[in-house]
Amino acid sequence: MTDTTNTQAESAEQQNGSGDINSAAAIAANKTPATSGEVKIHCVDVDVFYGETQAIKKVSIDIEDKAVTAFIGPSGCGKSTFLRCLNRMNDTIDICRVTGQIVLDGGDIYDTDVDPVQLRARVGMVFQKPNPFPKSIYENVSYGPKIHGLASSKAELDSIVEQSLKRAALWDEVKDRLDSPGTGLSGGQQQRLCIARAVATAPEVLLMDEPCSALDPIATAQVEELIDELRQSYSVVIVTHSMQQAARVSQKTAFFHLGLMLEYDDTGKIFTAPSHEKTQQYITGRFG
Amino acid sequence: MEAPAGVRFGRDAEGMQEGGPRHIVTAFDLELRDITARISEMGGIAEEQLGNALEAVRLRDNALAREVIAADKRLDQLEMRLEEAAIQTLALRQPVAQDLRQVVSALKIASTLERIGDLAKNIAKRAQVLNEGQPLKVQGSILRMGRQTQAAFTEVLDAYTARDTELAQRVWRRDVEVDEMYNSLFRELITYMMEDPRVIGLCSQLLFVAKNLERIGDHATFIAEMTYFVVEGKPLGDERPKGNAFGELPDFD
Repeated sequence: MTDTTNTQAESAEQQNGSGDINSAAAIAANKTPATSGEVKIHCVDVDVFYGETQAIKKVSIDIEDKAVTAFIGPSGCGKSTFLRCLNRMNDTIDICRVTGQIVLDGGDIYDTDVDPVQLRARVGMVFQKPNPFPKSIYENVSYGPKIHGLASSKAELDSIVEQSLKRAALWDEVKDRLDSPGTGLSGGQQQRLCIARAVATAPEVLLMDEPCSALDPIATAQVEELIDELRQSYSVVIVTHSMQQAARVSQKTAFFHLGLMLEYDDTGKIFTAPSHEKTQQYITGRFG
Repeated sequence: MEAPAGVRFGRDAEGMQEGGPRHIVTAFDLELRDITARISEMGGIAEEQLGNALEAVRLRDNALAREVIAADKRLDQLEMRLEEAAIQTLALRQPVAQDLRQVVSALKIASTLERIGDLAKNIAKRAQVLNEGQPLKVQGSILRMGRQTQAAFTEVLDAYTARDTELAQRVWRRDVEVDEMYNSLFRELITYMMEDPRVIGLCSQLLFVAKNLERIGDHATFIAEMTYFVVEGKPLGDERPKGNAFGELPDFD
């Protein structure tokens, strides 16, 4: 990754000539590692209603592949609600109604022939509070691949478990006690176990709803490091209350306010020169 | 949310401040205001230093020149204190967006003001040398250029304080006038020196004074650029009209 960034910086410099004021823009653009630019989830005019109350109003957003997109906004702005639309978690709420289009790789996920369970294997989710199953570490990770029939043998399942735990940067800490209960791990380890569980079904998109708010700073840093690695293979969407976390881990940031998405741009732009006044007031700590 | 002591939640209706309503954390507002106040203080002193240095030239006043030289230390100290305050704010508050631009621009403007102070001090030093020789007629042109530079500097400080991008851009565009005055002074001084080699020493001093003023004009345009950046969040660009570089690269054709 570093290599690519350097090459880009050099070529940008060659184009602009060093000392040129434009190179400042090139450097700023380079600060955020380049995203693929490919759209993974295409959302058009998404409305969400809880009974009569409209929680999301006409949100249109293109979520990129192999990038981390952060949703920020004050409590009750609809960011979690919108996140939960992306793998149809809102289906479980009776009074919740979603309209508009959410297209994952060309297919509308709200089409009647889409099986939400299969969809959630493709669009995994990690929640605020680590919620491992009251089972062994091994079973926590193997459960998904098993029910989705992703492994044909015990050896294959073992390998998925190992790979997933490695991806979640947890393997070294638990490899000698895979049979001990997942609930016996520390908070940070439990959260990484949940991430391992989410990546075990080989999802394409990973949704994270405040994945670090129950963790201490060190565990948070480990999860953030992990998010950055997961970005190489997945599209990651994270809802966070910590604006600094959004600034640290994401390449794109969307700002939600009262059910509207007011601004969506490169994270570097949002945190240095946001376009919308409300974004500015929120991220600088003037309301929320 | 970690709430340090003295944090007040909610906001006052009248409590608007730069970038919109006040911060939820009042201490943050106070720090930003403190940084802005320090810039104003430094700006005021630098302005006075420049004015006094030019007066020392005009009135051939050595005492005033010495005063200017001594007072420069004050600017240096203020710059250091502002730097400390700004670094503290960056470390402890992690400002973003307009707040970040405000703190970063304050750091850059502080060092610009300190340099303007240095240039004013240098003019004062040269005034002492000039006062030893006979007064030269060309001094009048230098003082005119000085007044022009002073006006631009004062205006740009006002623009920064008021976050007035219109005024900042006017100053930015007008720097070409100072550049042109410098270029014509350069020619004038060279002519004098060619006519009468005995004045080469004094004329060289005046040339340096003019060069210092030209630099101060450039620094003023930098403050204009920072003002624009604080408000708009993007650079002012590099299309500023510039005088031809006669004085920069002598071209005796």
